[in-house]
Amino acid sequence: MVKFATPEQASQKKATRAAFGETLIELAQEGLPVVAVDADLSGSTTLAKFASSSEENAKRFFNCGIAEQNMVDVAAGLALAGNVAFSASFAVFGTGRAYDQIRNTVCYSGLDVKICPTHAGVSVGPDGGSHQMLEDVSLMRGLPGMTVLVPADYAAARAAIKLAAKTPGPVYVRLGRASVPCVYDSEVELEVGRAYVLREGSDVTIVANGIEIDEAMKAAGLLHEKGIEAEVIDAFCVKPLDGDTILASARKTGRVVVAEEHSVYGGLCSAVSELLAQNEPTPCEFVAMRDRFGKSGDMAELMRYFELDAQAIAEAVEKVIAR
Amino acid sequence: MEIQKLEEIAKEMRIDIVKMIAEAGSGHPGGSLSCTDILCALYFGGVMRHNAENPDDPDRDRFILAKGHAAPAQYAALAHAGYFPREELATLRKLGTRLQGHPDCKLLPGVEVSTGSLGQGLSIAAGLAAGLRLAENDARVFCVLGDGECEEGQVWEASMFAVHQKLGNLVAIVDCNDLQIDGDIHDVVQTGDLAPKFEAFGWDVVEVDGHDMQALLDVLNACKAAGGEKPHMVMARTVKGKGVSFMENQAGWHGKAPNAEQTEAAIAELTR
Repeated sequence: MVKFATPEQASQKKATRAAFGETLIELAQEGLPVVAVDADLSGSTTLAKFASSSEENAKRFFNCGIAEQNMVDVAAGLALAGNVAFSASFAVFGTGRAYDQIRNTVCYSGLDVKICPTHAGVSVGPDGGSHQMLEDVSLMRGLPGMTVLVPADYAAARAAIKLAAKTPGPVYVRLGRASVPCVYDSEVELEVGRAYVLREGSDVTIVANGIEIDEAMKAAGLLHEKGIEAEVIDAFCVKPLDGDTILASARKTGRVVVAEEHSVYGGLCSAVSELLAQNEPTPCEFVAMRDRFGKSGDMAELMRYFELDAQAIAEAVEKVIAR
Repeated sequence: MEIQKLEEIAKEMRIDIVKMIAEAGSGHPGGSLSCTDILCALYFGGVMRHNAENPDDPDRDRFILAKGHAAPAQYAALAHAGYFPREELATLRKLGTRLQGHPDCKLLPGVEVSTGSLGQGLSIAAGLAAGLRLAENDARVFCVLGDGECEEGQVWEASMFAVHQKLGNLVAIVDCNDLQIDGDIHDVVQTGDLAPKFEAFGWDVVEVDGHDMQALLDVLNACKAAGGEKPHMVMARTVKGKGVSFMENQAGWHGKAPNAEQTEAAIAELTR
């Protein structure tokens, strides 16, 4: 049973990316042969923290400059030498720019490279559409052998990075820039292939991950006031998806809303749809980006503008109930 | 090993290359034949430390075939060295084979990493060289890439990285056969002279006749022994399709299998 954040912990907002450098320091302390590569963004990705933590870790950090393709393959080479290699940069460059390297070298060779870029999704904000990566989960999920994790908060990100280090082969961990409320207890441990029921309810199932977990919990509160009880599931592990937990909930409620800060194509919405279509056809609504790019704005504005916030989730719930 | 003996092995490798591609009905003879002597020198000339009995020996020198389409040349070398039975060469590119169209490290012992998408091998080799140094392992990393492959921007990203990291344990060899699928590399896109480019990036660059076995051994052994703070780049001047006169310097033989008659003629010429 996972432990959740106390109200005091929940009020402390922290970005998932902040867990990156700190957790690598922990893993190195545990004696894991951790190495990390970045592409001129080590301050933002927090890998600079890892690099400056000790002389040994400084040697285990490789700044590749603005060259993401080389960065991912350098990580592959470091993994071939027996290391667990973490690759950073921003999600738009660390996955999109280096997709062929992730596909043809990391995944095809089945290497211990952990792709953990930060600044995913519209929550990057003012940088605009060029930097708001909304197709990364789709790209990574399509790769044979790739495990895909989308943590909701700092504690889950820390747990996901530890899982990545200990799961053989390629793993994708999607990290965000924005500070988000804590959902889990700071020492939470998560498992690959598991989804977690954060709130029980009988009227509708909301499956979400990443920063949409906070929005989903807020939506559940709004719905509760209207007499609708939503079950909220954190599908932090998009691949392999926890079919049992999601199917059991869908059978119970008979209605599903999927929410992700990502394109409606190929990510969690698709994964849950595939699961339900094959095993338990259930009416679904989706809260996700609809075949479009992001744009500049602050995070809260964008979450509203693109209808990704709690209000949008609550509306989707009412829509699926009305069907 | 005497030069004559090495040349004999190279000849056998070339015969194997032609035979396996003919049997497969597809493959890349031109670029396999151009790098045959380089691979022969590395694997059999005492340049690379390797052991077919223990392909995962931590002390082995590493070999990465960046130009993965020349897989038949590596397969011929690995079979000859005893990594797998020579009869298996006849399974090239067939369903169920360990000898995939491009090298697959999950299937075949002796293949360090799967390659095939051009431009990536040098980065992988650089990462591996950095990783070996971190582990205080004195093994060397050898990487064979194509001259056409140097059109990939990633090769230059890797070039900066290798120099910046002072990877003297890295030896890259460019198989300069001057041809790519669409023709002469200088006609397809202006690559210019590659040697001064790598030199300008900070590599220790040396040029060699890629079909002169003694010269290859001298240069490769010197690079290996040198170590130092600069990565080593061997520009090997080669002939695409080397050894089979009707394939030599013909871009058309980049990715085409010979028919029965051509195979017979090629083997007859190589056996002479």
